[in-house]
Amino acid sequence: MKYVDEFRDAALAQNLARAIAAAVEPDREYRFMEFCGGHTHAISRYGVTDLLPSNVRLIHGPGCPVCVLPVGRLDMAIALALTHEVTLCTYADTLRIPASAGLSLMKARARGADIRMVYSAADALTLAQQQPDKQVVFFAIGFETTTPPTAVVIREAARLGLSNFSVLCCHVLTPPAMRRILDAPAEALALDGLIGPAHVSTIIGSQPYEAIATVYRKPVVIAGFEPLDVMQAILMLVRQCREGRAEVENEFTRAVTREGNRKAQHLMNEVFELRDEFEWRGLGTIPHSALRLRESYAQFDAEQRFALEFKAVADHRGCECGAMLRGVKHPRDCALFATVCTPESPMGACMVSSEGACAAHYTYGRFRDGEDHR
Amino acid sequence: MNVKRKARPYVRPLDIANGQVDMSHGSGGRAMAQLIGEMFLPEFDNSYLREGNDSARLPAEPGRLVMASDAHVVSPLFFPGGDIGCLAVHGTVNDLAMMGAQPRWLSASFILEEGLPLAQLQQIARSMGRAAREAGVTIVTGDTKVVERGKGDGVFIATTGIGFLPEDVEIAGDRARPGDRILVSGTLGDHGMAIMAQRESLGFASAIQSDTAPLHELVAVLLQSGADVRVLRDPTRGGLATTLNEIAGQSGVGMMLQESAIPVRPAVASACEFLGLDPLYVANEGKLVAIVAAEDVDVALAALRAHPLGREAAIIGMVQEDPHQFVQMTTRLGGRRIVDWLSGEQLPRIC
Repeated sequence: MKYVDEFRDAALAQNLARAIAAAVEPDREYRFMEFCGGHTHAISRYGVTDLLPSNVRLIHGPGCPVCVLPVGRLDMAIALALTHEVTLCTYADTLRIPASAGLSLMKARARGADIRMVYSAADALTLAQQQPDKQVVFFAIGFETTTPPTAVVIREAARLGLSNFSVLCCHVLTPPAMRRILDAPAEALALDGLIGPAHVSTIIGSQPYEAIATVYRKPVVIAGFEPLDVMQAILMLVRQCREGRAEVENEFTRAVTREGNRKAQHLMNEVFELRDEFEWRGLGTIPHSALRLRESYAQFDAEQRFALEFKAVADHRGCECGAMLRGVKHPRDCALFATVCTPESPMGACMVSSEGACAAHYTYGRFRDGEDHR
Repeated sequence: MNVKRKARPYVRPLDIANGQVDMSHGSGGRAMAQLIGEMFLPEFDNSYLREGNDSARLPAEPGRLVMASDAHVVSPLFFPGGDIGCLAVHGTVNDLAMMGAQPRWLSASFILEEGLPLAQLQQIARSMGRAAREAGVTIVTGDTKVVERGKGDGVFIATTGIGFLPEDVEIAGDRARPGDRILVSGTLGDHGMAIMAQRESLGFASAIQSDTAPLHELVAVLLQSGADVRVLRDPTRGGLATTLNEIAGQSGVGMMLQESAIPVRPAVASACEFLGLDPLYVANEGKLVAIVAAEDVDVALAALRAHPLGREAAIIGMVQEDPHQFVQMTTRLGGRRIVDWLSGEQLPRIC
């Protein structure tokens, strides 16, 4: 596979592993958080930790859209499908997340709700055009990567004058979440640097992380989702630590610029505005951390059209997803992990998405439990 | 198939070119008899079927009887490299072959959806008949039902097969032992990705062909080589990963694979990458996994490679002791990971 295999090359990986081993100071520990679930998945799937010195630790971050979605938001989606009898279009990852009352979107579907799995927001819009007599709602989740496509379909729905299409907007923003993580007291989570988002940064650019690096004095290296990207970023972080720098560096130059995708940013800005606050699973309520539809597009806002209200719901008592998303716990620290909580019957969202820390550890890494504690 | 050979009034022949399946074709009446007589009999033709009794009377053979069953719901019905008809034959033939048995007889049950073009049904029946002849099995009995439009998806086919197993052949999922080597007979993921590429209209992957094929001859060649074959299995739904986890569980062992040794076609790898799938979990319909004693691995590999269906066979790993029964893999990068059971449904309606 051209343009992909190059970033999974074993010989290059060994070179990078040697370079990292040579760069680390042996008498200290390095704790880097990979912010994105995409990184978590790549690290686990390729066994990247096996190529790192034992004093370099990777801590999973909250960058998994499915994982940070609070139960209350899922309940809203389920209510749309079951009570308001709309056709709810959603990305497949959301189907199995446990919601209130023992339900999930999958179980709601078995009860007769019309819930469709779509690959893109555009599929939902097409469906609305195909069935003009039925309300179609797109369950829009994700960070800045998936937001522009949602903006496109909302604008398109306005142009077409569709009255049966709306969006349950749960789009969230990366920089506020990153700040919330770094606001944690050092005794709870001591980080030496961050591996910055890949796809999100193609949209927002590297510039938004500059203030974070400066204020919190943490190096940030934006990295692609291939294993060699991650290893290169780790090398760059180690070097920054050695040299006492706390800067934003960009490993993913083949896709990310400082300014990002201006056109996509304008589009997002035209359709969405900041919410005053938004509840995240694990991270709590964060001001100005999510988007809602602007007044001029309010007719496509499912929350307004169906008068939905968000009700906060506590997570399952034993579930450590919240601590996992804050980076303060590892999946093996959760009593539910691999006992009652498995990919087949997940108790928390981190076990649902392939980008979730628990699912990645269960699927690829649980043989390590009991071997070592990296 | 219940075909009465009595004299009966003239019936207009089936309009195969323009006709469609309707509810009468499953009614048990004259229309059904006509469908069987004009559609299925000519394609599957053999003396057992021609007898027209409720069941087929079959001669016994020495050895043990082996029986397997497989239902097919693939969508689309026709895909690059095959169709639901030949798939329905290969699926059951291969299940028998994985025990080391010689497949002999098949039953075929059709659930047809009202409105299915008869021309398509004929194409499927023809493909089934051809596949059966090529595999040396005879379709000796069957059934036809019709469901209302919207209650099926064109056609579902269930086949059951009977084969004979020589007394001295002992192949089973619980026979893998630490130290044994793991082989595959060729590239992985071709069938699943051929279907996905068609469903998702992936132009760049349109060259991917399903690998659907009968494997009993390949098995026969492998057994004739004298290699001590412990386990054979065809990695269909759930792919190689699921198959190896099944065997690890049955045998109470672990496994260690080498990712770089696992053969995957570049087009399949690209299509998987594009759709976010892992070729280790994608279905195959013409490949087998063989677990053989370490000392026989070269003989087994040579035997597989000498057969056209095993030309790209490879040794991909070994069986090891592991109380957790983990299937692990050394990644191409040089790290380690688990190759777990498939979780959830990766590709629905693939076979």
